[in-house]
Amino acid sequence: MAEQDDRFLNTFFEEAYEHLASFENTMLEIESVADNSELVGRAFRSLHTIKGSGAMFGLDDLSRFTHEVEAVFDLVRNGKLALSRPLADLALKAGDHIRCLLDVARAGGEANCDAGEALVAALKKVSTSSGARKADGADPATYRIRFAPATDIFLKGVNPLLLMAELRELGRCDVYAHTDNIPELDALDPESCDLFWDIIITTTRGIDAIKDVFLFLDEESEVRVDTIDDGSSSEISPDYKKLGAILSERGDVDSASLEQFINARKKIGEELVAAGVTASGKVESALMEQRHVREARASRAAEQGASIRVPLAKLDQLVNLVGELVIVQARISRLAQESDASPLLASMAEELERLTAELRDNSLGIRMVPIGGTFDRFRRLVRDLSGELGKDITMTTEGGETELDKTVIERLNDPLVHIIRNSIDHGIEAPDTREAAGKPRAGTVHLSASHSGPNVVIEISDDGAGLNADAIRAKAVERGLIAADSTLTNAEIFPLVFQPGFSTANKVTDVSGRGVGMDVVKRGIESLGGTAKIDSRPGEGTTIAITLPLTLAIIDGLLVEAGGESFVLPMQTVKECIELTRNDAAHSHGRRYINVRDSILPYMRLREWFGINGNSPDIEQIIVTEVGGRRTGIAVDRVVGEYQTVIKKLGNLYQDVEGISGATIMGNGNVALILDVRQLAAAVESQENEALAGR
Amino acid sequence: MAGKIMVVDDSASIRQLVGFTLKNAGYDVVEASDGRDAVSKLGGTRVGMLITDLNMPNMDGIELVRKVRSDASHKFIPIIMLTTESQDAKKQEGKAAGATGWIVKPFKPDQLLAVVKKVFG
Repeated sequence: MAEQDDRFLNTFFEEAYEHLASFENTMLEIESVADNSELVGRAFRSLHTIKGSGAMFGLDDLSRFTHEVEAVFDLVRNGKLALSRPLADLALKAGDHIRCLLDVARAGGEANCDAGEALVAALKKVSTSSGARKADGADPATYRIRFAPATDIFLKGVNPLLLMAELRELGRCDVYAHTDNIPELDALDPESCDLFWDIIITTTRGIDAIKDVFLFLDEESEVRVDTIDDGSSSEISPDYKKLGAILSERGDVDSASLEQFINARKKIGEELVAAGVTASGKVESALMEQRHVREARASRAAEQGASIRVPLAKLDQLVNLVGELVIVQARISRLAQESDASPLLASMAEELERLTAELRDNSLGIRMVPIGGTFDRFRRLVRDLSGELGKDITMTTEGGETELDKTVIERLNDPLVHIIRNSIDHGIEAPDTREAAGKPRAGTVHLSASHSGPNVVIEISDDGAGLNADAIRAKAVERGLIAADSTLTNAEIFPLVFQPGFSTANKVTDVSGRGVGMDVVKRGIESLGGTAKIDSRPGEGTTIAITLPLTLAIIDGLLVEAGGESFVLPMQTVKECIELTRNDAAHSHGRRYINVRDSILPYMRLREWFGINGNSPDIEQIIVTEVGGRRTGIAVDRVVGEYQTVIKKLGNLYQDVEGISGATIMGNGNVALILDVRQLAAAVESQENEALAGR
Repeated sequence: MAGKIMVVDDSASIRQLVGFTLKNAGYDVVEASDGRDAVSKLGGTRVGMLITDLNMPNMDGIELVRKVRSDASHKFIPIIMLTTESQDAKKQEGKAAGATGWIVKPFKPDQLLAVVKKVFG
């Protein structure tokens, strides 16, 4: 084996570990998904690849063992064997064994993974005693459902939402609710159902399963199910029917009117709506169908393996280069805007701007990966740990499609593992304790990710016992963090757990509490420019919210000026710009407030913050910003306009300057500071609080 | 109130079987022995769903469905009828009265739970 080219071998190991991880995830996912034929297929392919390439590299032990596992999954795939929980358990153990074999092969030692023989025996037993079961493992097909319930269905106790939920369990589902039939408010009868729905669903269960969902509805309700993509077409081309064709198939537009418009050469949907031939909802719903089928076909194509492996360093370099390009582009745009610039240059600059923006988005997008993969990895953790501790814990996730920079996700792993361990070990009680407290025996750990303005918020919550405020307080007093007689609210006490070396757990277990405290978690998150918040209710559970900025290399900003200096505000934080006249300022009696459409907006002056001398103009501009749901005004002399900027880090010396998150070089070579709106807003709030306290 | 299901049947064994299955699945169960008993118990408690037999003394299932549909606090709850294969006409009558769906006797616990999940969640 030593003769093998190391490079190939490395790639093999890299690939094998990846397939193994995917195999494990699939096994864990299978338990929570009703329709698992696609997952079984994926698991089978992972095994097959490991087996095949293992044999090519002379790893016979690995190849032989994987073959046994694969044999079992072949039966599952062909519907001859049902994938039960014990089988999934066995498969996970087999996965561990494969990992062990890989580790040994990579280290180049003798195989000393003993579990092998026993596992092979267990697998053989399963594959030979297979009680045949017909699986529903057909190819996924896509159906269109028009569900127009009778208006009195509420009085029959039918809840359409439950029907939709049932459909969702069958497969990937897009739902469009038509609101066209809802009358004006004064004619509205709240007891009548005026909605109807279009549902596009991709499932392997077949049309009968869909029809069963609507079993209890009588003839007055219209339920039409059409097959629109039977999934058998292996063509990679993701193209789907034209909008007009979809509408006429559905009977939403008759073919005669369609003929009239089809040659109009404009966007047919808009035309049809404008002419009153069909309702805009119907067009939107048809567009949804188009999208759904395209995506379904694209994912089928992706299944067939159209991806390429690229070292991360190359991507970093690409992003850097794009960053530089954006700066140059900004300079050219500036130049083109000057009065004596030729119109030709102006149009070229515009073109260049468009292309750079697209290039930027694309190259940044390459680095973004959905956080779902990380979430999935924790499934195993939760499962293993809860088993170890004799607890019954399920993990639910939400927003797994939220994308974050790959490096951010990688560095987020350890803090998350730590938080989840804490939840499982200290947070969620033993089943008997839970039952005694009137809670379900099974605990839940919920992971969610979502966008919040320029940030991504990741929440880890459990429904355990919650934090013990008294214990934390006592510990904090003991460690001299707070005075014994200080009165603190829970909101002030809970963050103390982020202090170094803080653990309220009475005993040290295998799982957590090994002296690595939540302070490490907090530091890890802060190193990513994020913040961590903790909230807890006794008996109900604990939630830790991690807010991460999308620390991308390039941002869209708003360029402003104050006292001849340029500043950039991140565009996501900017809501609107309003004028502040001397008069307005005088009327607020020295307080920094302005009345914006009958609501009070606190504001601050950039001039004062940065101590810029000179007089402000008669009319200042207030940029209304919103961060974390809080609106704050920032008064500047002049708003220059939208500006795409490359963030350059400030040196170490300036890192702690409040209110600035970075700098950028402008087209004319000057430096503009990028404002940290979050910090500015916090400063305004604390000023306000002081002012209130001082009254 | 979500999570509470009333089971109406004059046969104690069916009531117990259905009640046991539902309780095991985490639902609260109220039992009633016939339509009249059900109506009087509904006056004192709010339930989220009703499962009723059709042939019962005092007040039958169809009548019960009508009563429930005209009771402001239970108007919109899902109602499932327990029917037998031979009762197709009855089933139609029940649907017309406002029943949401039906389960054909005899049924397995899984089938019952599937229907409850379908209409009640």
